[in-house]
Amino acid sequence: MNNEFFMNFIYIISSVLFAFGLKFLGSPVTARRGNMLSALGMFLAVVATLVNGHIINFQWILIGIIVGSIVGALVALRAQMTNMPEMIALLHGCGALASVFISWIAYRVHGATDLTNAITLYLSIVIGGLTFTGSAIAWGKLSGNVPGKPILFTGQKWLNTAIITAILILGFMFILQPARYDLFLAILGLSCFFGIFMVIPIGGADMPVVISVLNSYSGVVACTTGFVIHNTLLIVVGSLVGANGMILSIIMCKAMNRSIANVIFGAFGSVVQKTTTAEKKEAKPISVEDAFLILENAKSVVIIPGYGLAVAQAQHAVRELGEFLEKNGCDVKYAIHPVAGRMPGHMNVLLAEANISYDQLMEMDAINPLMENTDVAIVIGANDVVNPASRTDKSSPIYGMPIINADKAKTVFVLKRSMATGFAGIENELFYYDNCRMIFGDAKQTVQALVAEFKSSQQH
Amino acid sequence: MELIYLLFILVLSVFLGFALISRVPPLLHTPLMSEANAICGIIIIGALISAGVQANSPLTIILGTSAVALATFNVVGGYLVTERMLKMFRKKG
Repeated sequence: MNNEFFMNFIYIISSVLFAFGLKFLGSPVTARRGNMLSALGMFLAVVATLVNGHIINFQWILIGIIVGSIVGALVALRAQMTNMPEMIALLHGCGALASVFISWIAYRVHGATDLTNAITLYLSIVIGGLTFTGSAIAWGKLSGNVPGKPILFTGQKWLNTAIITAILILGFMFILQPARYDLFLAILGLSCFFGIFMVIPIGGADMPVVISVLNSYSGVVACTTGFVIHNTLLIVVGSLVGANGMILSIIMCKAMNRSIANVIFGAFGSVVQKTTTAEKKEAKPISVEDAFLILENAKSVVIIPGYGLAVAQAQHAVRELGEFLEKNGCDVKYAIHPVAGRMPGHMNVLLAEANISYDQLMEMDAINPLMENTDVAIVIGANDVVNPASRTDKSSPIYGMPIINADKAKTVFVLKRSMATGFAGIENELFYYDNCRMIFGDAKQTVQALVAEFKSSQQH
Repeated sequence: MELIYLLFILVLSVFLGFALISRVPPLLHTPLMSEANAICGIIIIGALISAGVQANSPLTIILGTSAVALATFNVVGGYLVTERMLKMFRKKG
């Protein structure tokens, strides 16, 4: 009894430390301290659990901890910042699988003790199973092992409906007869199966939402597992993580002007019909030399990066360009759309990695009022997030999506490989505006060429 | 009976989560998510209890050890990668 009390007391301290960890993430100044506190909370919880006295065989635990630590450290220290979404998907999947295993053991050892236990066990393996395979597919799509395009086939809706119905019916049977191990295994298998079909029809551009939703699920699984094994700390932390995923999902959906249901159930690619404008307008190209002359006289520049910038590995070149502009007495800011990148906040990490000061990274709502007084907006590897059609053209599929108002700047440079459309396959009106100039070519080479111009001008 | 207390904790924690997380700026959303992964590794304590109590069959041992390893992976991987990212957010001067 005393031991139990001591353990729960430590759990309370851990909860508080986790809460402070999240609170300190409110500012980049305190964030690292928050991470430390959070890790301390985790350490305390683990130690308290180990010394509690219920644990008899340590050798397997030790093996698990050693293997997990080594692999975790290797993966975490080697992961490239561009691949962060994959890493996160992997962590979601592992967390969910661990929860499933815990529920499985609880069922094997104690059985389902009462109705509540049977229901929470059921929820735990269903959500855990689909989060595990869903995360695995998301990881595959992000790392290129599974085709990133939506995978659609005839009868997909029927198959999904059939699987969901089966999971529900079997679940009902399981709750009535919780002793049936075969039902338990069937539900687990079907849930894993469903996770695959849930994520394969979702396209690469929607990955920020998928990752956020899976994050929420991984929290919910931890929570239901907490109910299964009657552990309060799991419930507290699971709720925090569940809330986290939910908030991020909502933010991502708002930024794309879509509902979560629309992302999960309607693959983007199939909805959009490509609209071709009747009159073919002319986009105006500009050479790097001319672009340099305009930049040299600019007093304020806003750089609008998209995922294309990360693909071209142009972050460091962009930072160099920014530094030359600043030396030239120009004010440089970076405008970051919430869905720039492959997960929430991804672009910020990529630019921070390139040593760009974080106070230059501006959110969409903060930068838009400033765009009218901006001399030059440079769009690098972004397309749909600067398409003014979302404000004006009611027939456009992206109508209503919040965008960065690049078109309001006095001059807009668009760095682009060709006139190809973005993810959504939509023509971008911005390219035909009078104040817009296209610089064709590889983003990194173009930026490097601009940097070279600045360098040679300083030597004279 | 105990269920109602657990639900109590659940509801209040969800509110706490919403209050805390809505204050995190979009700037730090990626580290926020990896931090969430790390604390989600708290299931390690569930894994420790499950793996340590009883070893009545090979399946329980395999599941238990795997659960400990997977949860540890989350904890170690999550905190380290968060630390790596946060270290990069610097202000000039």
